[in-house]
Amino acid sequence: MASTLTAPTEVDDRVARRSLGARLLSRPEVGSLVGAGVILVFFLVMADPFRSASNIGTIVYQAALIGVMAVPVALLMIGGEFDLSAGVAVTTAGLTGGLFAYQFSVNVWVGVLVALVVALAVGAFNGWLLMRTGLPSFLVTLGTFFILQGLNLAITRLLSGAVSSNSIRDMDGFEQAKAVFASEFRIGSVNLKILVLWWILFVAVGSWVLLRTKVGNWIFAVGGDAAAARAVGVPVKRVKIGLFMAVGFFAWFSGMHLLFTQSSVQSGEGVGKEFIYIIAAVVGGCLLTGGYGSVVGSAIGALIFGMTQLGVVYAGWNADWFKAFLGVMLLLATIVNLIVKKRADLR
Amino acid sequence: MTTTTKFAEEAGTSPNTPVVHLDGVGKSYGNVHALRGVSLTVRQGEITCVLGDNGAGKSTLIKIIAGLHEHTDGTLSVNGEERRFSSPRESLDSGIATVYQDLALAPLMSVWRNFFLGNELTKRPFGRLDDRRMKRIADEELTKMGISIPNLEQPVGMLSGGQRQCIAIARAIYFGAKVLILDEPTAALGVKQSGVVLKYIVKARDAGLGVVFITHNPHHAYLVGNHFVVLKLGRVALDTHRADLTLSQLTNEMAGGSELEALSHELRGVDAGVVAEPHDRPGGI
Repeated sequence: MASTLTAPTEVDDRVARRSLGARLLSRPEVGSLVGAGVILVFFLVMADPFRSASNIGTIVYQAALIGVMAVPVALLMIGGEFDLSAGVAVTTAGLTGGLFAYQFSVNVWVGVLVALVVALAVGAFNGWLLMRTGLPSFLVTLGTFFILQGLNLAITRLLSGAVSSNSIRDMDGFEQAKAVFASEFRIGSVNLKILVLWWILFVAVGSWVLLRTKVGNWIFAVGGDAAAARAVGVPVKRVKIGLFMAVGFFAWFSGMHLLFTQSSVQSGEGVGKEFIYIIAAVVGGCLLTGGYGSVVGSAIGALIFGMTQLGVVYAGWNADWFKAFLGVMLLLATIVNLIVKKRADLR
Repeated sequence: MTTTTKFAEEAGTSPNTPVVHLDGVGKSYGNVHALRGVSLTVRQGEITCVLGDNGAGKSTLIKIIAGLHEHTDGTLSVNGEERRFSSPRESLDSGIATVYQDLALAPLMSVWRNFFLGNELTKRPFGRLDDRRMKRIADEELTKMGISIPNLEQPVGMLSGGQRQCIAIARAIYFGAKVLILDEPTAALGVKQSGVVLKYIVKARDAGLGVVFITHNPHHAYLVGNHFVVLKLGRVALDTHRADLTLSQLTNEMAGGSELEALSHELRGVDAGVVAEPHDRPGGI
């Protein structure tokens, strides 16, 4: 019997070393990167305006609008949960900031802070209810989705008597806050919005947290196998609630961007956006079942979204085609992801 | 089978210090009593085998010691101090590590990330993961246990059941467990892999750990165990030391003992060698 046991010094030769190429291909983002390349080339050929440098700013801005929210949505998805209320939560945050500052005639920064508290509370509520009831996040956040959607419309009409919040353009602190959340600057012939810089920062920080910190390790673990994570001492509840609150935080940030771009927010906005965030995350390599994915991938997913949305317009096609195009993109990207991953695992 | 006798010789009687002691522990879920009046002592450097059929209460017992469930009756004491665990963390912190049937490994995560899950090493600034050190330690610890995994970046899901089992055991030992609870570690394994796992169980014992080995295989239990507890319908049916027990007694106890005897009476009139003719009556069986 002793001969059948593997001796400590004996090396298992069944596993050959994998080449650098194969290891690169097994990264979650690779499929989306290939997809982004294809779409880029496609529109460079099909649409003249796509080639002009001055439109780069518009395209990345379009991507950033989705990308900022795609960061926490990707993290949450890696942690094994969904948030269908993410889209309307952005509107809720924007409305709260605008309406509070206007109604109480305070400095807009007070409104900004109140909006932050409300957005974090919405996230915490989602997470708490999920952990408390054990219901699927799909149901819990579908509930909050409708609640927030209804509250957005009803409270806005109650307070401002219209379908949008009152303009806060002339109020104290507006210019300052606009500089932080929604300013614009030029590099050469390219007009860049500050949101793009924030987006890059968020992606960098999000990716670092996910891959290089304890919390990131826990996010992978609670999404991969929550029971296993709990058994080795990972605070599963805290991680999940924290993830929902991260969605809240970024919803606040996106809401503030909306508010200070226009000085008011439309109360019906945001419906359907939650799926776009999820699409960006999935195209970027996040597994729907959790435990696998990447923040950088979500950024590439958002970029694909931005390129497609504007590419369709720049190519002179009717914008009605965009959604159909988006669906095809989603399917193609996920299939490419699947194939690339299988190939890489076999090598 | 030279290993068998070696194991048997090593497993002598020793009055070692008890680490975990259960006294009359019970657990009820509403009106269902999953476990009743179970007493058990886990000593350092000893392997206590808990045997039982499906539904005998083995899992409930582990879950109580591991902190996943709270017991409803009796007392649980660790190092002589009465405890009541409300989370796995508390159990872990008092030196009890549990290796579950499902191993508590996240399948899509790499070997080294799994090894340090919940106990990650960090470095300054910002408390980032010290991945280089973690990979080195994981590699060293696994090599020490005689498991060679060439690529620690490999997801755990791609490894064999035996390798996964060993990673979980090596992890528990590395993180300073005083008591190691193994939940059916050999249940899903082949003969060779079971042998490897049994060898690690002995290594854990030699390292001075108190081991609780839960299994429904009396042969595996008798290869390594010092003390045997057989559970039946949530109660202790047998609690004895190796010296007072033979493998056939243990097997008989596990196979149902007196119940099997009764069954053999019932089946006496049946000719076991007969092959029934197929019936061709329509609709008849």
